[in-house]
Amino acid sequence: MSTAISVDDVSKQYRLYHERNQSLKAAIMRRARVKYEEFWALRDVSFEVPQGATFALIGENGSGKSTLLKCMAHILRPEKGRIETRGKISALLELGAGFHPELTGRENIFLNGSILGMSKKQLNQRFDEIVGFAGLEHFIDTPVKNYSSGMYVRLGFSVAINVDPEILLIDEVLAVGDAEFQRRCLEKFDDFQEAGKTIVIVSHALESVRNLCDTAAWLEHGLLRRIGTASEVIDEYLTESHTDRAADGDHGARWGTGEAQVEKIEVLDGSGEPVKRVRTGDTVIFRFHYKSDALIEKPVWGMALFSLDGVWVTGPSTREVGLYPEKLAPGDEGYVDLHVDRLLLLPGTYDVSASLFNITGATVYDMRHRALRFDVEFGDPHEEYGFMSLGGSWEGDILDTAR
Amino acid sequence: MTRLAEYAEARELTVNLMLRELRGRYKRSALGWTWSLLNPLSTVIVFSVVFAFFLKIDPPTGHPSGLHSFPMFLLCGLLPFNYLSNGMNGSLDSLLSNSNLIRKVYFPREVLVVSTVGALLVTFLVELGVLGVILLLLGNMILPWLPVLFLLVAIQTVFVLGIGLMLSVFNVYFRDVKHFIGISLQALFYSAPIVYPIKFVEDAATRTSFPLLRVYELNPLVRFVDAYRAVLYDLRFPAFSDVAYVTIWAAGLLALGLFVFHRLDRRLAEEV
Repeated sequence: MSTAISVDDVSKQYRLYHERNQSLKAAIMRRARVKYEEFWALRDVSFEVPQGATFALIGENGSGKSTLLKCMAHILRPEKGRIETRGKISALLELGAGFHPELTGRENIFLNGSILGMSKKQLNQRFDEIVGFAGLEHFIDTPVKNYSSGMYVRLGFSVAINVDPEILLIDEVLAVGDAEFQRRCLEKFDDFQEAGKTIVIVSHALESVRNLCDTAAWLEHGLLRRIGTASEVIDEYLTESHTDRAADGDHGARWGTGEAQVEKIEVLDGSGEPVKRVRTGDTVIFRFHYKSDALIEKPVWGMALFSLDGVWVTGPSTREVGLYPEKLAPGDEGYVDLHVDRLLLLPGTYDVSASLFNITGATVYDMRHRALRFDVEFGDPHEEYGFMSLGGSWEGDILDTAR
Repeated sequence: MTRLAEYAEARELTVNLMLRELRGRYKRSALGWTWSLLNPLSTVIVFSVVFAFFLKIDPPTGHPSGLHSFPMFLLCGLLPFNYLSNGMNGSLDSLLSNSNLIRKVYFPREVLVVSTVGALLVTFLVELGVLGVILLLLGNMILPWLPVLFLLVAIQTVFVLGIGLMLSVFNVYFRDVKHFIGISLQALFYSAPIVYPIKFVEDAATRTSFPLLRVYELNPLVRFVDAYRAVLYDLRFPAFSDVAYVTIWAAGLLALGLFVFHRLDRRLAEEV
């Protein structure tokens, strides 16, 4: 099998400016350009993406995966090493980049299409398909500034997917539109795979990656950690990053007085073993380790679950059930558990937030927003849509005949 | 892929971005395209009152055309100057205002400068067209001189592109280039015989031992104005030395512009 993309010993350096305002005066005063720190976003990364592969780049935020994708798209140029690509590339980094708000959908299709490298002839041929795919037949002569954000993104996606490239680079954009649009996107995706095109995806939605991709590369702090079949790499990544993520918790914001802290968040199975992922219907324990540095009164513990796209799924706390100690003394530490007999979350990736605050809510000692990420897989009940199962059962005489 | 092949592939993109610029510019304004003509018109009125009426600057009579009109004399220099000035200002912003595109899509980045200048070229041609009609009405038979005029426009476009390529990337790295250019353009305007006849400078040169005229004529804008005015106002061939001089400048600037652009565009996607 021939190679579609070869990444050969690639290093990419960013400059972190201390002073964002670049001015001639500053440059002359220092007799150099603006001062900056060097930061290597990628270091000595080498691998090959075979033609026809569906390839995933996974890793924490800041691991360099998006940088690598942009290098593949030739948007960024690596300081060292080479990236060679064979065939026409289309990169879906931002949908509708280059749309002009005052121009109509029709005008923007031609503009955006040519930005993405399509000729006028190709655009004329595919125009109806693009409009149809986006479902915007009625609005095509309306300026895009009057579009809803959903319409805007759909049109952007529709143009991009119709570029018909040999290599498609995608950065976390598959999660657009409603369920119907998503289904059509996945269909288009299948067509691509069947046609033997190469696809490279950067994504946090690990379960989708597992389903879609055959190969995955795991990047960590700009280094290539592991490359192999998607399933294996993702398993290994989840095993490791689980504990790590809880410890560093750097992918969410953190605030509070710090008088007491939520030190660590864990997801445990029914027997108390830390787990990398759980299934719908499993017994799950969320464990929150705390430590106090000061004398604090009537502390309460809270947690929240967010879906990957930021929907607040649930947020129970000990305050709601009236459970709180009178005080925590300096040096006190331990943990509290939220015990869930039957987890009714449906498959997907979720973030856990944890907080420690005063019963009045007036003082937040520690708030760790979306500090731990975990995955839920299909289990019992085996349901697909939404975030939660109702745990119900379907009944009816007519259904009995089908059992 | 070589750069030339990339350029060839980007032709349609250039045209489309140009159209975006042109279509977007006067959308939602009541007068639309008329604005691009009102701007020089108001300048002509103000300058005619101040310079021709108050200061009594007497424009030379066109030879052999016999035309004697301050507004026409002014416009023949003003329009090319506006093209240069708008080209410089437009190029300055061309990369920064498209930062979204640069960060998200790959294409040869020169396209952004070329399409900006291209859109201004269209505006310039429209303005020249209107000026041409007025000149015809005043009895200046400019039609036979159109090929020479287009040659001048082509040379100036190369000239503007060369400067634009340099300014566009400089402005990404040093944001105050923009302010510097703002001041320079004002000086540049009076450094060329746009509102006054070049005879004033020749007269002044006789009063000083400094080789004023020679230094003055080093400025390529002086030669451009001279050449345009020869074709449009006087109806004669521009001096060969003028055309040769600006051609050399244009070619040199374009080469330098491309060189500088390619030296500095490596980090564009990070810096814009």
